[in-house]
Amino acid sequence: MTITSKDVAEIMKLLEASAFGELKLETGDLKLHLRRSGAPVCEAAPEAPTPPVPPRAPAAPQPPVPPVAPKVPSDPSLTDVPSPLLGIYYRAAKPGADPFIEVGQTVEDDTIIGIIEVMKLMNSVRAGVKGEVVEIVAGNAAMVEYGETLIRVRAA
Amino acid sequence: MTIRRILVANRGEIAVRVIRTAKALGIETVLAVSEADRESMGARLADRTLCIGPGPSAQSYLKVETIVQAALGSGCDAIHPGYGFLSERADLARLCEEEGVIFIGPTAAQIEAVGDKLRARAEAVAAGVPVAPGGSVETVADALALGETIGAPLLVKAVGGGGGRGMKRVDDLAQLAEAVSLASAEAGAAFGDERVYLERFVSKGRHVEVQVLGDGDGLVLHLGERDCSVQRRYQKLIEETPAPDLSDTLRSAIRDAAVRFARHLNYRGAGTVEFLVDVERQDFYFLEMNARIQVEHPVTEQVTGIDLVAEQIAVAEGKGLRLRQDQVVLTGASIECRINAEDPERDFMPSPGTVRKAVWPEGDGIRVDTHIASGAKVPPYYDSLMCKLIAHGPDRASAIDRLRAALTQSRVEGVKTNIAFHLAVLADPAFRAGGVDTGFLTRFLAREPQAA
Repeated sequence: MTITSKDVAEIMKLLEASAFGELKLETGDLKLHLRRSGAPVCEAAPEAPTPPVPPRAPAAPQPPVPPVAPKVPSDPSLTDVPSPLLGIYYRAAKPGADPFIEVGQTVEDDTIIGIIEVMKLMNSVRAGVKGEVVEIVAGNAAMVEYGETLIRVRAA
Repeated sequence: MTIRRILVANRGEIAVRVIRTAKALGIETVLAVSEADRESMGARLADRTLCIGPGPSAQSYLKVETIVQAALGSGCDAIHPGYGFLSERADLARLCEEEGVIFIGPTAAQIEAVGDKLRARAEAVAAGVPVAPGGSVETVADALALGETIGAPLLVKAVGGGGGRGMKRVDDLAQLAEAVSLASAEAGAAFGDERVYLERFVSKGRHVEVQVLGDGDGLVLHLGERDCSVQRRYQKLIEETPAPDLSDTLRSAIRDAAVRFARHLNYRGAGTVEFLVDVERQDFYFLEMNARIQVEHPVTEQVTGIDLVAEQIAVAEGKGLRLRQDQVVLTGASIECRINAEDPERDFMPSPGTVRKAVWPEGDGIRVDTHIASGAKVPPYYDSLMCKLIAHGPDRASAIDRLRAALTQSRVEGVKTNIAFHLAVLADPAFRAGGVDTGFLTRFLAREPQAA
């Protein structure tokens, strides 16, 4: 995809007119990051939530399912490492083998902390953070969602 | 086999629509959501949600393996793909077949048979269904001979093209030889495929499609036709059933052709066979088959009283068709308009954002299929469809009147919509008279730019 300066100007106008402070666009090789001056540096501007009106669909309204958004640990020195994929989490390379990591171990950004299997395709997961492993949150051989916490690390 | 839990592999209003029928049937639902849809209406209605990836579809809703993994990992025995996204991907249907998950839709082989334009055209010919006069040409001499039988005007189309690309119109057969040479050279450069074919150009055409249901074993029913001629750049905006101002001869010939085509494929589940009606010649040609539930399916449900999603599920469970053709009774007329988050004043540019307030209408003969309530978000990653307003009445005029009243009761704040534009189109005398062709909306916009 190619993008012209005219396109960027259009996108900026859209951003100006919107309730958002920041826009990130990624498509193919293109990465575009726009932020309004004065906008806070955050992923999504928190909206003043209007209570949702029950849907008109005949189904009876249900209590909202709690979102599985990455949890912010109460201790600011802790970082949750989220799963980059939906799949089955394995702590070791194969059954019976030693786990990639244990509680108390120090990890680097590129330390492999486990494997996520998606339909027999094994994807290794790296810590992406430096520090000491304080908790292994996800269960071995359990399905994890995208963004679900795998481990908790005390940043070095 | 009885389906107990369905993974809904879609979003927006169709996810809500599928969940609604599943609940009515006592089937549990797991909704696969992207990060942008965690708090969508579908996510609140489903028994469980699973986040499959970030907002952009390529990293979430379009990931075949992730969808099947989500279904297996959450104990679902079936996947409903909705429309768009993976709904017509043979690889999803095939992976489901391999993994023992029921794909609520046609077989992988059927998806492949209708997925490629030339292949589908060949299947139509084999089924005895009319296709636009034309065919592939290898030499200029071929083209000239074929051009004589088709007559002008005609189109030279690149086999590798599509969506309006790689097409040349020839009004005078004297220019055909040059057009074919040029189109072939251009197609080679643009698509890496020099093959071209000729097709009759229909100057005044209507889009008429037939809803079919097949048991996968040669039994096929039709549920009447829909007219979707009100389109902008190949995007349908207003759909209705029955098709207005169509002769009985043509109507029944089109319905029969659709059934013949689906039967030829031993089609399984719900599908739609699309035709181009040549208004001047009072003839019709096969366009393509859509192997999925369609956006505009509710108008058919309103006049037949048949829940198409429930029938899809029944066929997928192996229960076959629960109706005979003579039990399909069409009552009255129904019309639907698509309310999109877009700005008609700015060339219908998408208008994503947060919907501060959404008020949808209620009333006799009004149905609202939506995923948007006050506070909902219209993420920038997906199509801009917010709501489908569907009106049903004893006849076409009353259905249109009900739809207009419903539109005037609708309120959306926070994003731009095409509600006012729909009201202007519905008030147009040519539309009200019925039977407009696919060029209608372009002419309407040229004539009444203030309506946009």
